Amino acid sequence: MINLELPKKLVQAQGMAHQLAANMFRPIARKYDKIEHCDTPEELKPVAQMIAAAGSMRGGDKSGGSDDGVKNGSNMMGIVSMEEMCWGCTGLTLSIPGAGLGNAAIAAVGSKEQKEKFGKLYCAMAITEPGAGSDSAAVQTTAVLDGDEWVINGEKIFATAGERGDAVVVWATLDKSIGKAAIKSFVVEHGTPGMEVVRCEDKMGLRVSDTAAITFTDCRIPKENILGSAEIADTAAARKKAFGGVMQTFDNTRPQVAAMALGVARGALEITREILEKEGVNADYSEGFNHSSLLETEIYRMEAELESARLLTLKAAWMADNKQPNSKEASICKAKAGRVGNEITLRCVELCGSLGYSESYLLEKFARDSKILDIFEGTQQIQQLIIARHVLGKSSQDLK
Amino acid sequence: MSDQLFDLTLTEEQRITREAMARFAEQEISSIARAADEAAAAPEGFFEKTTELGLTILPIPEEYGGAGAPRSPIANMLNAEDLGKGDMSLAIGMLTPLAFVNALLDFGNEDQQERYLTPLASESFQAATIALMEPKATFNPKSLDTKAEKQGSGYVLNGTKSMVALGASSQFILVVADTEDEGPCGFVVEAGCEGLRIEQSSFMGLRALELNQVVLENVLVSASAKLGSPEKPFDLQRLLDLSSLGLCALAVGCGQAVLDYVTPYVNERIAFGEPISNRQSVAFMVANIAIELDAMRMMVYRAASKAEQGLGFHREAYQAQIICAQRSMEIGTNGLQLLGGHGFTREYPVEMWYRNLRAVGILQGAVMV
Repeated sequence: MINLELPKKLVQAQGMAHQLAANMFRPIARKYDKIEHCDTPEELKPVAQMIAAAGSMRGGDKSGGSDDGVKNGSNMMGIVSMEEMCWGCTGLTLSIPGAGLGNAAIAAVGSKEQKEKFGKLYCAMAITEPGAGSDSAAVQTTAVLDGDEWVINGEKIFATAGERGDAVVVWATLDKSIGKAAIKSFVVEHGTPGMEVVRCEDKMGLRVSDTAAITFTDCRIPKENILGSAEIADTAAARKKAFGGVMQTFDNTRPQVAAMALGVARGALEITREILEKEGVNADYSEGFNHSSLLETEIYRMEAELESARLLTLKAAWMADNKQPNSKEASICKAKAGRVGNEITLRCVELCGSLGYSESYLLEKFARDSKILDIFEGTQQIQQLIIARHVLGKSSQDLK
Repeated sequence: MSDQLFDLTLTEEQRITREAMARFAEQEISSIARAADEAAAAPEGFFEKTTELGLTILPIPEEYGGAGAPRSPIANMLNAEDLGKGDMSLAIGMLTPLAFVNALLDFGNEDQQERYLTPLASESFQAATIALMEPKATFNPKSLDTKAEKQGSGYVLNGTKSMVALGASSQFILVVADTEDEGPCGFVVEAGCEGLRIEQSSFMGLRALELNQVVLENVLVSASAKLGSPEKPFDLQRLLDLSSLGLCALAVGCGQAVLDYVTPYVNERIAFGEPISNRQSVAFMVANIAIELDAMRMMVYRAASKAEQGLGFHREAYQAQIICAQRSMEIGTNGLQLLGGHGFTREYPVEMWYRNLRAVGILQGAVMV
């Protein structure tokens, strides 16, 4: 039955995450934006324990089904929590120990043993290289099997939590001449000889979150640290499937990033409403659109856009929870939420004038933070490519 | 907070109904849409044929000759989406009597329902309509120029209504007019009454739909023609919001028609030695249509599901209207752009959709679901 309201269980989770965001993140958001490079903020350590106990960040709760088999499970739980936390501060949310993107990859493709061994670690993801961003099939980092060990060589950049984490999931190729099918992911723990964090980026936003550049020089890791099979698929179909398997992680993580954009944009909109209400602007939907003031209609338009992005994100997560293929929908929500989130935060700064631009409020910070959400986990343009290929029935050969 | 889960699954009944609607839209509507647009009229017998779908008769209570189906904004919204994919103008025509029925169900007392719904519960097509808009750029439904003044035991209506669907063929017209004591109220005006004049008017789009100007000059109606009572007040906002949802759902259907049409076109159209859809500038326009269309759909579904559950839905309907008005026009204009010069000719349907979709930001109070 069509119902787009959240059930009690999700509303409660949302409420808990909101308390956390309001009471713990908001008060320290500005402080850590200024500090920028630091160890994991002390304030986040109890948060990590709390989340581990609740087991809700990524994976975990599989319940939430009804008699007719419909589920509102861990994917939906993940996005409602993520939205609330990023309403508080996206940078801090990404700095919570234990919630790395690498953890998502291990949860998605790791074996039972690997999940047991690495599941408790805080795992970053290292895909991007200086010469390979969106084109993740073009990675140059190599992995060569030598006896019982893989030897990794290469340079990775933009690894979120790449410094503070316990381990990094690294994408590397077994054979550059083969392309996508030879790309595998490997878990490398910090402290492994040959692995070095060479710097953390200075960024426009998301400053408290560490974004590491890591080099691997003859870095030797155990043979069993490869995620998935070491076989290189030999048929075109098998190759596609193998790489598709790696990319499938994104079907679950893209709605999560979309949810980040929803959170930061809603945060900005609510602050904007508060500021404008003090100055006599009451956007209460009481007058028709054409009979409202410009400031009111701007708020209505932004709230409507945000709501549409939120519903698309819920839809993609709901499909994942109900085991429906959602690759297109995951990209749709990421594309929509990514751009809408950025537009809204920037417009909020503008609508609040000098107050919006000032560091006295969080609006300018949110406008800096939101930009990356339309870039990482697949840029706006990559999402559009994926969506277009789905709608038009095109391969990556035809539609480049 | 409810225990009900977030769910996008159709009920079995909805699924079966949607199949029937989609079949009708494809076989009986899309195929004649262009000819109807050119003729500026639905073909002879078209509306008679639509009675097989039971749109009007289904929700009319059994005691007045209907099927007594429960009042369901969701079911009506889904129908509008499916029929709108066939053609917006003809679909609005099909749904106009239902809009009148819905208004009577929501705001009419038993006597009024018996009097006005019984004649509509017929095997043949019976038109009835709602007249809200006025010919004014700054038209505001909350500040109407059409006035109803008390006279004796009844009312005298004066004013001009525009964009009244099926105005000329309707036996009942629900005229929304301003009263001194109660603000905007609904009055049922019967066809042929003294002082009522129906004029023809033509628009940029929705041409197959008979959209009339209704002039009221000292039209006398009895007090019993006035909808709304203390226990069941005439709720203009509800009428506006449910009408927005009807129109938005039609726009989602039409937007889907655009997407379904341009997709094979750009895949087959060759330029510079390959399909134009191999180019990102073309492919991304298609991707954006897909993104915004789904956004529109989710907005309409959420508002309609809240209405269905008896929850407040004004804000959701308002937001759905904002999104649908803007994005449906974007889809209309980009859909045409993708066909280049061909899109500008009347040989292809996209220019018709472009003209029809412009109405989404304009038409009010017509398609109450």
